[in-house]
Amino acid sequence: MKPIRAPLALLLFAGVGAGQDLAVRGAIVHTASGQPIEDGVVIVRSGKIAAVGPASSTPVPSGLRLLEARVVTPGLVDAHCALGLAGSLNYAHDRDELERSDPIQPELRAIDAYNAREPLIAWARGLGVTTIHTGHAPGAVVSGQTMVVKTRGDEVAGNVLVPFAMVAATLGEGAVAEDEGKSPGNPAKAVALLRSELVRARGYLEKKKGSEPPDPDLGLEALGAVLSREVPLLVTVQQLHDVQAALRLAQEFELRLVLDGACEVYDLLDEVKRAGVAVILHPTMLRAWQETKNASFETAAKLKAAGIPFAIQSGYESYVPRTRIVLFEAAQAAAHGLAFEDALRSITIDAAKILGVDSRVGSLEPGKDGDLALYDGDPFEYTSHCVGVVIDGVVVSETPR
Amino acid sequence: MIASLLLCWPFAGPTSGGPDELASADDVPIAWVGARILPVVGPEIENGVLVIHNGVITHLGTLDATSIPASAEVRDASHLVLIPGLVDTHSHIGEPSGADASAPIQPEVRVLDSIDVLSSGFMRARAGGITTVNIMPGSGHLLSGQTVYLKLRRGKTIEELEVARAGGAPAGGMKMANGTNSRRDPPFPGTRAKSAALVRERYVAAREYLRKLEAAQGGGDAKAPDRDLGLEALGEVLRGERVVHHHTHRHDDILTVLRLREEFGFRVVLHHVSDAWKVAEEIARAGVPCSIIVVDSPGGKLEALDMSWGNGAALEKAGASVAFHTDDWITDSQLFLRSAAIAVRAGMSREKALAALTIEPARMLDLGDRTGSLEVGKDADFTLLSGDPLSVYTQVLETWVEGKRVFLRSDERDRLYALGGRGAGDDFEPRSCAGEEEP
Repeated sequence: MKPIRAPLALLLFAGVGAGQDLAVRGAIVHTASGQPIEDGVVIVRSGKIAAVGPASSTPVPSGLRLLEARVVTPGLVDAHCALGLAGSLNYAHDRDELERSDPIQPELRAIDAYNAREPLIAWARGLGVTTIHTGHAPGAVVSGQTMVVKTRGDEVAGNVLVPFAMVAATLGEGAVAEDEGKSPGNPAKAVALLRSELVRARGYLEKKKGSEPPDPDLGLEALGAVLSREVPLLVTVQQLHDVQAALRLAQEFELRLVLDGACEVYDLLDEVKRAGVAVILHPTMLRAWQETKNASFETAAKLKAAGIPFAIQSGYESYVPRTRIVLFEAAQAAAHGLAFEDALRSITIDAAKILGVDSRVGSLEPGKDGDLALYDGDPFEYTSHCVGVVIDGVVVSETPR
Repeated sequence: MIASLLLCWPFAGPTSGGPDELASADDVPIAWVGARILPVVGPEIENGVLVIHNGVITHLGTLDATSIPASAEVRDASHLVLIPGLVDTHSHIGEPSGADASAPIQPEVRVLDSIDVLSSGFMRARAGGITTVNIMPGSGHLLSGQTVYLKLRRGKTIEELEVARAGGAPAGGMKMANGTNSRRDPPFPGTRAKSAALVRERYVAAREYLRKLEAAQGGGDAKAPDRDLGLEALGEVLRGERVVHHHTHRHDDILTVLRLREEFGFRVVLHHVSDAWKVAEEIARAGVPCSIIVVDSPGGKLEALDMSWGNGAALEKAGASVAFHTDDWITDSQLFLRSAAIAVRAGMSREKALAALTIEPARMLDLGDRTGSLEVGKDADFTLLSGDPLSVYTQVLETWVEGKRVFLRSDERDRLYALGGRGAGDDFEPRSCAGEEEP
């Protein structure tokens, strides 16, 4: 066995090292940081982007592996999903996105429920998604924490960009408990529960400063991070008055608010802009019913026109599809008034900015992670294929999809 | 009269946008000139002409080879693409209901008794270019009721939308299901074998019912059986008058449907067919058509875990007849064209994919002689597009059913259902009133 084992180990080691160095050449390279480059080249060294430019002035060093495609984009960033927690079967054993035992559980960490081998992650990755903001799904007043993670690897360790990104909250009909008799029974009560808990967390922080610190409380610690503006409160709201309730709370507690979903935000653009709040917009093809019945294909274009920072998410479906794909959701926005480059930015650099990871991912610039997606045509066209995906300089997918 | 006027949209008038056209469509022929026409049956026509009159297609061809009637109103359709109206074999628009929890097999229940034709889903379907739908009850039963085929005319009663079959009764099929959706506590089946046994028992009963009916009709002493609405409807299935629309996912469940069909001889369309790629040869050999769904990611349950975007390509390669369906609200009627495009992405031919939105589903509903392709003599059911049907950037501009426009994107109210926005989720106003009244 020995003579076989040694070369294998060497090969594997060599494989990882070699995989982190490569070059990608595209007939068009969309960098998401500047103008598209015709016949562009991206050089990746040790997993990081070393150079980006026209092929004429960016030579590919000999011996470097070269991937070629019609269109090259940054690896896509899904601004919000429940991937890794909500499984493809949707049976109890792979349904970890929502804990219903209590309406407020900010102590639940995404990393403790994330299954890196969930097939849906590979599915999204194969279509170009390299970074996801995932965690506890909407459906409880505070459902838990979220994290930002790369879509590579069999284990979560080593692939997490931000272990505690935001605290996920829900207001409106979406927060109402499913079982009759359970609280909150209506949207007003949901706001009251959240306000009460934030007040409690404020008291907890005060006490911590005093001479007799309180017993540690994991939930209040997490909400304390929101109150001290270390992490944003991500509030999923769809209807107009629920968006207003979220803005009201943010003002009262001086929170860093990120609006999530926000179906009817098109009727509140001035207020949202004035509040300086970013929006992680619902998937464009969101099922329009109940509190999302007034969703519009044009909301992304309206947010752009209003100058409100936004990203497009794949979101969370309690039924099917088990996951949407941000590429397709941005495509639909591009078909409904959002310019191509803006649509691409909504699933790359603009998403990365809202998630606070734009120094690492979201655009093709020297020093950033070597995350790229390759397409054989306009990435937004239904009939184009994703022909390659690279994460940290490693080719993670080459099957046309 | 006053009551009906009050129902009207307050700002509606005879000159507002498109609805006035509802009045003129029958009076004179209308010719669309210069369009790229995809008739689906027959080759693509560049710089083509389509003429309609009295609800049917009267002329179709290239501009230089087609005579346009002198009386025709001519419309410039250059830069536009004209395709047949889309046919959706499986939709749940109009908030339909079907069988209840009392029994697993309820063939006497009719979905047509439950549909709200003013619900926004109908406008969304028109906005998606759909002109014909099969509205079905759900799949939580072995047999959840009779389905109904509708033309998406702009009426406010279901009767205005129905299609009559031979004899005058409203056309429709029968919704059945196997696999895991219909497995529950008794009286529902707990296993697949029990599912098949329960269905088989009912088919045997229906066969016996038909035999007694025929014996009674033959004269002599034989007495007709007491009328049984369920067995009567199943009898229509056995006689081939009512097609079974069968929800099925897993490869062996698909084959179980084929086995039952072999035994009882009913006509069937397989629906969803997640595992189609595994048994495409068997499906093709049986000559059974498939209406498949395209969802953005596989799963949702074990039996749908292997769902493939390549199902259309696999069935095409095997030689089976393929249609797509929306299963609205599973996928959105406004985006029905997208299903075909994703199937092309996964290897299906463009020609078969377009046929799978039009003529193939029309045939599956026994309406292939009336709709589903652009041919002289067929119903004037068509859709005007801004570009190629398989491009994400293409918009449905107009949808016409039997010579009447039922969707106009440039009309502000219609546009709401194409794009969404405040009010898009609510019932829409019936338009057959006031100045918009048809003559």
